Amino acid sequence: MRRSACASKKTGQTNSTNPISCSPSDLFRSASSKASSKEMERIDNLFYFYANRSSGMIDPEGIETLCSDMEVDHTDVRILMLAWKMKAEKQGYFTLEEWRRGLKALRADTVSKLKKALPELEKEVRRPSNFEDFYSYSFCYCLTEEKQKSIDIESICQLLDLVLGSQFRSQVDYFIEYLKIQSDYKVINLDQWMGFFRFCNEISFPDHSNYNPDLAWPLILDNFVEWMQVKQS
Amino acid sequence: MESKTIDFERGWDHVYKGIKQLRRILEGLPEPLFTSGEYVMLYSTVYNMCARNPPHNYSQQLYDKYREVLEEYITSTLSPSLRGKRDEFLLRELVKIWVNHKVMVRWLSRFFNYLDRYFVDYRSLPALNEVGMTCFTDLVYREVQTNIKDAAIVLIGKEREGDRIDCSLLKNVLDIFVAVGMGSMERYEDDFEADMLRDTGAYYSRKASSWIEEDSCPEYMLKCEECLKKERDRVFHYLRSSSEVKLIEKVQHELLVTYIDRLLEKEHSGCRALLRDDKADDLSRMYRLYCKIPRGLDPVADIFKQHVTAEGTALVQAIGAASNAPGVQEHVLLRKIIELHCKYMAYVTDCFQNHNLFCNALKDAFKVFCNNTGTDSSSAELLATFCDDILKKGGSEKLSDEAIEETLENAVKLLAYINDRDLFAEFYRKKLARRLLFDRSANDDHERSVLSKLKQQCGEQFTSKMEGMVTDITLSRENHAAFEDYLRSNSAAHPGIDLTVTILTTGFWPSYKPCNLNLPTEMIKCVEVFKGFYETKTKHKKLTWIYSLGTCNLSGMFDQKTIELVVSTHQAAVLMLFNTSDRLSYSEIMDQLNSTHEDLVRLLHSLSCAKYKILSKQPDTKTISRSDYFEFNSKFTNKLRRIKIPLPPVDEKKKIVEDVDKDRRYAIDAAIVRVMKTRKVLGYQQLVSECVEQLSQTFKPDIKAIKKQIEDLITREFLERDEENPNTFKYLA
Repeated sequence: MRRSACASKKTGQTNSTNPISCSPSDLFRSASSKASSKEMERIDNLFYFYANRSSGMIDPEGIETLCSDMEVDHTDVRILMLAWKMKAEKQGYFTLEEWRRGLKALRADTVSKLKKALPELEKEVRRPSNFEDFYSYSFCYCLTEEKQKSIDIESICQLLDLVLGSQFRSQVDYFIEYLKIQSDYKVINLDQWMGFFRFCNEISFPDHSNYNPDLAWPLILDNFVEWMQVKQS
Repeated sequence: MESKTIDFERGWDHVYKGIKQLRRILEGLPEPLFTSGEYVMLYSTVYNMCARNPPHNYSQQLYDKYREVLEEYITSTLSPSLRGKRDEFLLRELVKIWVNHKVMVRWLSRFFNYLDRYFVDYRSLPALNEVGMTCFTDLVYREVQTNIKDAAIVLIGKEREGDRIDCSLLKNVLDIFVAVGMGSMERYEDDFEADMLRDTGAYYSRKASSWIEEDSCPEYMLKCEECLKKERDRVFHYLRSSSEVKLIEKVQHELLVTYIDRLLEKEHSGCRALLRDDKADDLSRMYRLYCKIPRGLDPVADIFKQHVTAEGTALVQAIGAASNAPGVQEHVLLRKIIELHCKYMAYVTDCFQNHNLFCNALKDAFKVFCNNTGTDSSSAELLATFCDDILKKGGSEKLSDEAIEETLENAVKLLAYINDRDLFAEFYRKKLARRLLFDRSANDDHERSVLSKLKQQCGEQFTSKMEGMVTDITLSRENHAAFEDYLRSNSAAHPGIDLTVTILTTGFWPSYKPCNLNLPTEMIKCVEVFKGFYETKTKHKKLTWIYSLGTCNLSGMFDQKTIELVVSTHQAAVLMLFNTSDRLSYSEIMDQLNSTHEDLVRLLHSLSCAKYKILSKQPDTKTISRSDYFEFNSKFTNKLRRIKIPLPPVDEKKKIVEDVDKDRRYAIDAAIVRVMKTRKVLGYQQLVSECVEQLSQTFKPDIKAIKKQIEDLITREFLERDEENPNTFKYLA
């Protein structure tokens, strides 16, 4: 997971010094760009509305305000989906570039449009072709510290519930129960995280009839299945 | 040679006269043999009829006449004598006419020899011998071949039943079969051997089916051995050697292969019973009989393995159930296992000729019960204790050097069967350290011999640390001499106490807890002096002092008499506190000494509550509590002038197991990296099996532990899971 320094972004590029040069693409753009530049302007304005003056980014406070404006809880999974759409790098913060990226893709330049775009966004994310990417993104998004590679059990449980709860309710519930009582692992890494997703998709539940511990499943899942088998007998 | 043309009629007439003479000789009539002059005349006649230019070249006609003559001879004289004869008579007559035929052909060929020289090749025709043979085959052999074959087989059958037969007759008959093949063995094989083998098979099948019912396993095997020997004799006496392999295979199949299960599993005399009753001869025979048969030994080796496993398991359980004192029990167990090993190793070498299958069977069997001792201690620890008992002073003084060597050798052999070899190494190392440091080793040679045996068995890496330890002791002695020189030349630096320091190279020795004990001033001075000396030797090495391993001789000035006390350095530190104070509380001692509670309790207990009460304790209870008070017990005395106050060692077992587990994690980690570095991309199961293979010399790794390390390596970004196939891993350079 790359962690590029998010603060140092190039802001406002100065135009070229030659005012006379004007490429055909500029001309083309200028024709249809009137509409899109207006949209861009609105998006930017919206950004600055929520952004923190000094940092130039939308911070957690700003996000909370945005959420309440959209009448969505800030712990709602759809906010995470929005972050995914924006390809936001730092949890709790949106940069201008990310904001632009997300809202442009959603074709939303006002809060109400953004709110209306959420159901469509959710559908998009839940498409199998996107969901795996979203799932892995949600893990990386939670790695807040530099060089952090794993997430503590408590947070993982919350994240699992948020991201997979609707789709794999029983697996998530049992796994969360197991995570809380086991003591082998204090943190979960990306490999284990993705392993669980694969597990939910491939293994029949709750009988685990097609689970084979001799394969390369993460050890924590081997232990989980063992624990369940003991519990069920 | 006169070269004159001859008229055919005249020439043939002459030759024919010679032929008639030959026939009369063959018939046994009183006819003089050919003189060389007569022979030459006949030869020349033929020559003159052939070595001509046409039309006087009668080669073809003579060639045809040769055949005619033979055919006529056969049909008129030879064949009739066979008709009506059967069995052995037929055989005899056949041999007789065969001999005659050969003579006829030989002489005729001599007469007609010139044809063989040029005409035959020139026209690519069969040579005269061949013609002779073909005539015999066509006119005689074909008619009688079946009867001869049957008659011969009947004779063989009779011999099998014990009758004496005419071996040379059979041999001659079989020679005919071979000769008729004209260079190939086809006739012998197709016209005789095939049926002979079939008949043999049927014969032995009948015999086997009744023997297997009536005979015990050893009896049956004896019969088999005899039959095989007889069949080989048969080959020697009259069969062709090319028949041997097929014949023996046939017999083996009927007698040994068909009934292998019933034979081996015979209840009171089968393989299991033979092993149980130590019937070495019978087992050797069994081996001899089955070793030539492909996969014949597999069931035997299997039964052997089961038997040894059962014996071993029963042994372990019996000793586990017996209620001896713990140490004794384990010693007995190992001794008995060694005995069992020697016993069955003898079987492997003597009865089973060290065959791979049986070596492995023994190994597998021992591996099963050697790893499960049924006690608290692992077999690795037991074995290390066993060796320690033999190697330490007072351990095995009653045994001769050879007996000790042999026992140690056998003990090391057992190591091959124990999975946790690295655990053994660690226990052995710890005990070796105690022996070396407290001068408890009985015999240097034995110590070294064990190490070299271990090295041979487990590789250099296994013993490198231990060898380092032994070297350290030797070097320390040299070092001590240098230290004494130093003291002599720097008399001011002398600490006033005799000091011996043993320098241990950190990597070789087990790790010891460093301690921050406050030493009495006298000892501090010793340390300083030695440091000074050591710095003159090298400035690059750091000395860490492990006082827990030291011993100290104190003079105890008791009221009655002075007694020399041999104690550990820590014990000495405690006692010396009483040089300056008469009475000390537990906490005061604690403060002054800067020890841990655990250590202090042990120390004080050994000095005040054990066999020799050097300190008197208030209250005078059996255990140490933190509110106790201690005084020097001046009333103490003992009839000896010098006593050793033992300090029971801390139980290091748990720590040893932890250390080994940690080392194993590193070893597994390194093995995974080594494998992946070479293979770059590898499936999970293969990775696991290659790691197990790599580590097998040292220990048997837990599969879960390997999995855990793989995951750890993924986190540390040495490996990654393949995107397409989650069961495959890639090495990240």
